[in-house]
Amino acid sequence: MAADMRLPTIRKPVSLCSGERKDLVVPGDVITSDTGFMRGHGTYVDEDKLTASVAGEVQRVDKLICVRPLKTRFNGEVGDVVVGRITEVQQKRWKVETNSRLDSVLLLSSVNLPGGELRRRSAEDELTMRQYLLEGDLISAEVQSVFSDGALSLHTRSLKYGKLGQGVLVQLSPSLIKRQKTHFHNLPCGASIILGNNGFVWLYATPSNEEEEAGGFYTSLEPVSLSDREVISRLRNCLLALAAHKVLLYDTSVLYCYESSLQHQVKDILKPEVMEEIVMLTQQKLLEQEG
Amino acid sequence: MATVKVSEAEKVYILHGIRDDLRVDGRGCEDYRHVEIETDVVSNTDGSAKVTLGYTAVLVGIKADIGKPKPMVPNEGYLEFFVDCSANATPEFEGRGGEELGTELSNTLYKVFNNKHSVDLKSLCISAGEHCWVLYVDVLLLQCDGNLYDAISIAIKAALFNTKIPRVHISADEEGGKEIELSDDPYDCMRLDVENVPCIVTLCKVGHRHVVDVTLQEKACSVASLIISVTHKGTITCTRKVGGGSLDPESIFEMTEAGKRVGKALHAPLMALLQQEESLGKKRQKVGFLG
Repeated sequence: MAADMRLPTIRKPVSLCSGERKDLVVPGDVITSDTGFMRGHGTYVDEDKLTASVAGEVQRVDKLICVRPLKTRFNGEVGDVVVGRITEVQQKRWKVETNSRLDSVLLLSSVNLPGGELRRRSAEDELTMRQYLLEGDLISAEVQSVFSDGALSLHTRSLKYGKLGQGVLVQLSPSLIKRQKTHFHNLPCGASIILGNNGFVWLYATPSNEEEEAGGFYTSLEPVSLSDREVISRLRNCLLALAAHKVLLYDTSVLYCYESSLQHQVKDILKPEVMEEIVMLTQQKLLEQEG
Repeated sequence: MATVKVSEAEKVYILHGIRDDLRVDGRGCEDYRHVEIETDVVSNTDGSAKVTLGYTAVLVGIKADIGKPKPMVPNEGYLEFFVDCSANATPEFEGRGGEELGTELSNTLYKVFNNKHSVDLKSLCISAGEHCWVLYVDVLLLQCDGNLYDAISIAIKAALFNTKIPRVHISADEEGGKEIELSDDPYDCMRLDVENVPCIVTLCKVGHRHVVDVTLQEKACSVASLIISVTHKGTITCTRKVGGGSLDPESIFEMTEAGKRVGKALHAPLMALLQQEESLGKKRQKVGFLG
């Protein structure tokens, strides 16, 4: 019950890598004074020198130089796994909030409807759209295409995508999610995680029988067991700790962080000093594994 | 009020968690998130404090001005409240969007703080019926993640503790008129006694239980909440019910008891922290807004 009150402290970044990265720039940094390069996104020319206008990573493609910003909204690419929230039900489509600049769309024709994989969408289906997905519902989906204005078109045409049931959503920066072959993981600690490329991370109890979960629009409202809940809460706090110290998120880093946090109580993980300690341990483990 | 969308399944998850006394972030029902307090953050006020409670951040500035006492109470000064909802906190506050919430908050603050039992208003009197100190308390919401009342009350208490009112000397001139002279010495100032200043505890009814320090997600699951202001002795000075739902007398009683207990526990660490900060004096490392 006792409230934990403290004076704020200046947080130093916890980092074990000491090497200076040449490809990271802040606004105003001169990328090159060579005039042979082309000016891409995130750069401008100042006195014949190519200068960065955002903080981020320099990318070169032949003669084109771009800076990919670190603090950004989600710039989707085809094939990205996203977690999103339905904001609107419209004709033949749902609008989905995915942390992009524009709301994404999920077309009625790009979801798997119950009863038959490939059947024509009738007018009746259009009328019953709210029965499948309602405003506020969470879904996991894949980016099918990108429209010319940058809006994303999603699809859930696989059994692993679909409506999400009971669990916890953590909203982080999209730059912190590491691109991997799979973004769905059943962690050995007893919970599952969907690391959406858009920075939305979904934590849920690993479903016992596979066929019931995912893909369908049915969600179980049975209470989640206390032990699963504790694991999920611990993972949630671990994710926030890693994100606060800008550690790249993927299954291994999350799992190592979970293991490092086991000696603390779940609610203590978010205290700054505990957070620092856990992240430090995680980075050590990651370095050991690499080296 | 800033709101978030939460799906039905998420609500069920949160509800069951609170029933089992394990909330999404690992806290119990009567736990606060960790609080960071810094006073003396704005140099052009007489007293100021910045409080962050989880992801909720408020800034309070107090300015002392000489005014005329209210005719009903000629020997007392008074407090004025203004709550500014910055659009930085949430885009909903843009334009006049935050006005309603601001008025609601400031009305509650008047009730809680502007009476002689909370603040020693007599000490604000300069000459009865003619001059008194008016404390303008300005609250700025920087980030909203639920539980605004509690965060604001802690910040106000800290800012009142920090307030330094210059001493005044009244001298009579030949014609019998009075002249007020402010002391030139910046260290010659009067401090307020904040011992009896109450803290607000908001209890939200979620399912069949009540929780303190709700996040926005939890708030979305609750129908009604009770705002209680409690002094360090455990005396309740003000209660208010907010939200559309109803509360039965029995649960109001339970919530009041819990509020008393939690509120009492809030004061000791707060005062200890303020004393500690005060004793550091100039050695204190200022963090401010960039920490």
